[in-house]
Amino acid sequence: MDEYKSGSNLEKILRAGHFAFTGECGPPKGANVDHLKKKFAHLKGMVDAVNITDNQTAVVRMSSLAASHLLVHEGMEPNFQMVCRDRNRLAITSDILGAHALGIRNMLCLSGDHQSFGNHTQAKNVHDIDSMQLIRLVTNMRDKGRFMNDEEIDVPPRLFVGAACNPFADPFEYRVYRLANKITAGADFIQTQCIFNMEKFRTFMHQAVDMGLTEKCFILAGVTPMKNLGMANFMAKFVPGMDIPDALKKRLKGVEKAKQAEEGICFALEQIEEFKQMEGVAGVHLMAIEWEHKVPEIAERAGVLPRPKV
Amino acid sequence: MIVADRKSLEEILAMVQEKHKILIVGCRGCVTVCNVGGEKEVEILEASINLARKTSDQPIEIETVTIERQCDNEYVAQLKEGINTYDAVVSLACGVGPQFLSEAYPDQLFFPGVNTTFFGGAVSHGVWEERCQGCGTCIIHHFDGLCPVARCAKSLLHGPCGGSSDGLCEVSKETLCIWDMIVKKKMEQGRLNDLLTVMEAKDWRSARDGGPRRSIREELIP
Repeated sequence: MDEYKSGSNLEKILRAGHFAFTGECGPPKGANVDHLKKKFAHLKGMVDAVNITDNQTAVVRMSSLAASHLLVHEGMEPNFQMVCRDRNRLAITSDILGAHALGIRNMLCLSGDHQSFGNHTQAKNVHDIDSMQLIRLVTNMRDKGRFMNDEEIDVPPRLFVGAACNPFADPFEYRVYRLANKITAGADFIQTQCIFNMEKFRTFMHQAVDMGLTEKCFILAGVTPMKNLGMANFMAKFVPGMDIPDALKKRLKGVEKAKQAEEGICFALEQIEEFKQMEGVAGVHLMAIEWEHKVPEIAERAGVLPRPKV
Repeated sequence: MIVADRKSLEEILAMVQEKHKILIVGCRGCVTVCNVGGEKEVEILEASINLARKTSDQPIEIETVTIERQCDNEYVAQLKEGINTYDAVVSLACGVGPQFLSEAYPDQLFFPGVNTTFFGGAVSHGVWEERCQGCGTCIIHHFDGLCPVARCAKSLLHGPCGGSSDGLCEVSKETLCIWDMIVKKKMEQGRLNDLLTVMEAKDWRSARDGGPRRSIREELIP
């Protein structure tokens, strides 16, 4: 047995000490596989793994499990996202087994945006377990070979397990402790919420380093390039837990509309440069929302290409 | 207590549309306390239905009665006389009431006049809030007496989630983030360590998930 927990590319990159670079892709609102494959193509060779979102913002889409499998077929590596909103422990467990069977080796454990944000607001939510317990469930399956009910698993799934962290939600002083708890629960890596408030993030990372958390877990800093001022205003207003400083809005406003996308990318590139140097940051998670075709350019300009092979 | 909201007059009128003689039954329990199904509200509903039916030229005969508790067969039995002389009965008790009535008087039709909402209390005059979900296994001692099962929109046992902002829940600016309250209390009182554990998954058998529930107290069974 090798030393890896799952042997995923992402795990190997991080364990080898490379600065990881992950991307993200939302499955289609339909069964349009061709469109999905086109989006995948933009990311191929640009990132170490691609997060496949799970009914993000509670808008129904092709299942993250199926889309992750399609990505494996394209010779790429998914980070299969799973939310606790839509599945009870039976569905969660069977999807984890199915994910492993389909060649998926990374998984991100999330609570999930509340369904009131989505397009099926009348739905009943599940929340049988929460994201902390999901991390524990999947790592126990992998490391102890046991289901939540303690029954033995015939061939345990091997997944590199991630969790999310939003340093910008309240109360701020507690955020680093919640991160610590996710690591206690078993998280191998963390992908943070989109960072725009760099000052606050620096403070947060200082706390995480001081508490020794970055020695126990890989932290990938979340970066989302702004397409324009409208996107910044929309996110500030409608996306839960976003902290978008006025200075950034001012900066986007300061250039003519046609150049706002470039300004947004420049800000993202400056962030990535800083993250490369920032103590405790093991990589960047690039969430180019419905902007996958820009990823090659951003990766190139960020100087993270070619992606290392381990 | 159990909190309820009155159904709209339109909905109640639709239920009794074809009826010529109805009884409205109030309850002196929780619905009286939350001003939705007591004597006063029974009178208001009676007047409203009467007026609406007169206006539409379909007058209706309405009688009213308010009993001590509709969730208690001893009081439900008081309705025995004449209960089958009505075309239908509207109950202003919580969801328990019309069911006790339906079971006691199977030949009669019972309609709910209220929507039963939650277990809670009045936080200010005219404002009630949920406090308990009746999950059957109380764990609020872990959370300084505050319940995240009922009061967190995601029932998180390890909050607050990434949507907590300025002490408010991501689902509504009217809703306090219970996890913000729990965490701040723990921090202020130096008991943050209480939260730095991973709790076992909750056993939902004691909640509605285990099927309709029953509570048996042997010592009270004759």
